[in-house]
Amino acid sequence: MTVRLAGVGYRYAGADRPSLLDVDLDLDDGTVVGVAGASEAGKTTLCLVVSGLAPRTVGGRIRGTMTLDGEDVDAWPMHRLSTRIGIGFQNPSTQLSQVSGTVFEEAAFGPMNLGLPRDEVVTRVWDALERMQIDGLADRDPSRLSGGQQQLVAMAGLLAMRPEHLVLDEPTAQLDPAGTQLVADAIARLAADGASILVAEQKTDLLAAVAQRVIVLDGGRVALHGRVEEVLADPRLLELGVAPPSAIRLRRAAEGAGLDPQALERVTARG
Amino acid sequence: MAGSDRLTDSTAHGRDVPVFLGRPGPSAFHRLNPLTKATLATVTAIAAVALGGLVGPAVLVAAFVLVPAAAAGVLGRLLRLALLLALPIAVSAFLVNLFFFPGGQTELLRIGPIVATGEGLELALEILARILAISGAITLFYLTTRPAELVVDLERRGINPRVAFVANASVQTVPAMVERAAQITAAQRARGLDTEGSVWRRVRGIVPIVGPVILGSIAEVEERTMALEARGFTRPGRRTLLWAPADSGVESLVRWTLVLGLAALIAARIAGLTP
Repeated sequence: MTVRLAGVGYRYAGADRPSLLDVDLDLDDGTVVGVAGASEAGKTTLCLVVSGLAPRTVGGRIRGTMTLDGEDVDAWPMHRLSTRIGIGFQNPSTQLSQVSGTVFEEAAFGPMNLGLPRDEVVTRVWDALERMQIDGLADRDPSRLSGGQQQLVAMAGLLAMRPEHLVLDEPTAQLDPAGTQLVADAIARLAADGASILVAEQKTDLLAAVAQRVIVLDGGRVALHGRVEEVLADPRLLELGVAPPSAIRLRRAAEGAGLDPQALERVTARG
Repeated sequence: MAGSDRLTDSTAHGRDVPVFLGRPGPSAFHRLNPLTKATLATVTAIAAVALGGLVGPAVLVAAFVLVPAAAAGVLGRLLRLALLLALPIAVSAFLVNLFFFPGGQTELLRIGPIVATGEGLELALEILARILAISGAITLFYLTTRPAELVVDLERRGINPRVAFVANASVQTVPAMVERAAQITAAQRARGLDTEGSVWRRVRGIVPIVGPVILGSIAEVEERTMALEARGFTRPGRRTLLWAPADSGVESLVRWTLVLGLAALIAARIAGLTP
């Protein structure tokens, strides 16, 4: 199962320049691809394009091709695409339907919209809640949960749609460290289960922890692309408005202070 | 299960429909089908207007609002909420009719050029009774029915899921907006905004709160829309329902009896057969 973007460009309606230019991307089963970049670099736009929301819901003009398992999805309606590619946004509260009295019903919202048989909906929801390890919250009111828990509920709602691919647009942007850790653990578990995930994130520590490959966008173009450890250690990262992960910054600081980085790593590992 | 039909007890995969879905209400009145309660509230409100006088609305309120509220254990809350809901309009309607009844002859009280008349008092009390009957009926429904129950029930009866969603979301948005307003108020006060003191100060304090509340809600609309789209909301056709409130032939009979009774009352009123 592969999502493939070839030479994709995208311009919002009324915009005087494109927000994405000539982007090539492969998202294969079992891989987590991180997307980094400064503000306005095109991270959110890329997520919208991969999910199909741009241009179907957002409007605007797209060029290039996007295929799903070799099939051009250009003519697919959004509700069809949503069963194959799920997308989560940064604000947990806006992803909740606001009409569900319990976490269970919230996670069931998507499968119910698809008109699936009742037992199929129930099975999918329990599976999704268990995969996100929030089945213990099933009877809780989603609006009364913490931001991190709400983000997990939103992700469970996506998983209950059984998409083959997940797109997460800064899923931890509004979360505290504890909430960020919850989401990071969930992404790692999903990836370990074989899901393919595209994660746009400012927090490169998260990308370093969960991604295998990273692309860095600059002005809508792919500026860097490669294995996570190579891209996040690239000296050009700072020029592109992306802060390297804390481990790399620490190593560079140690080198700058004349310390042995390997000795420092041994100390921090012991600590 | 009393109070709701869970539609299935367990799935083909052995996974259970959670017992907390459609959890039955605490009293027999709570457990009535929401459409029955909605019909009762609507008929009570319209009948109070159609009946006129003091005795008719008073009997309606006693029979269809106060007794069920006492049985449901919500009488105290109902009286408080219904009075709060009706107070502004009830006071203004009472005073206008008391003091400005056209052609009133029996003078009760004079305040300068304004005269309260016996005829005005009679009409004011009648209108007050109607207003209290309407607010009481609506409050009883509100206190004993979750909005989601009514929406699910209507959806089961064939109402468009998108219409049902909009109706439900509109109701559910109110507490969310109140919470957001409270957060913004706290944030603005922490930055020195004065929301207490004279009326003028309070009015001035509203602007920096209302703006962010409304603009923030508008800004979230696009993301909410996209989140709904990504969850198959625009798919044509019927949605799956996991549960629905219980209904029975007896309740259906009660609803039709109420509606036909109301129709007969209105017909009698139009024909001049009621006082």
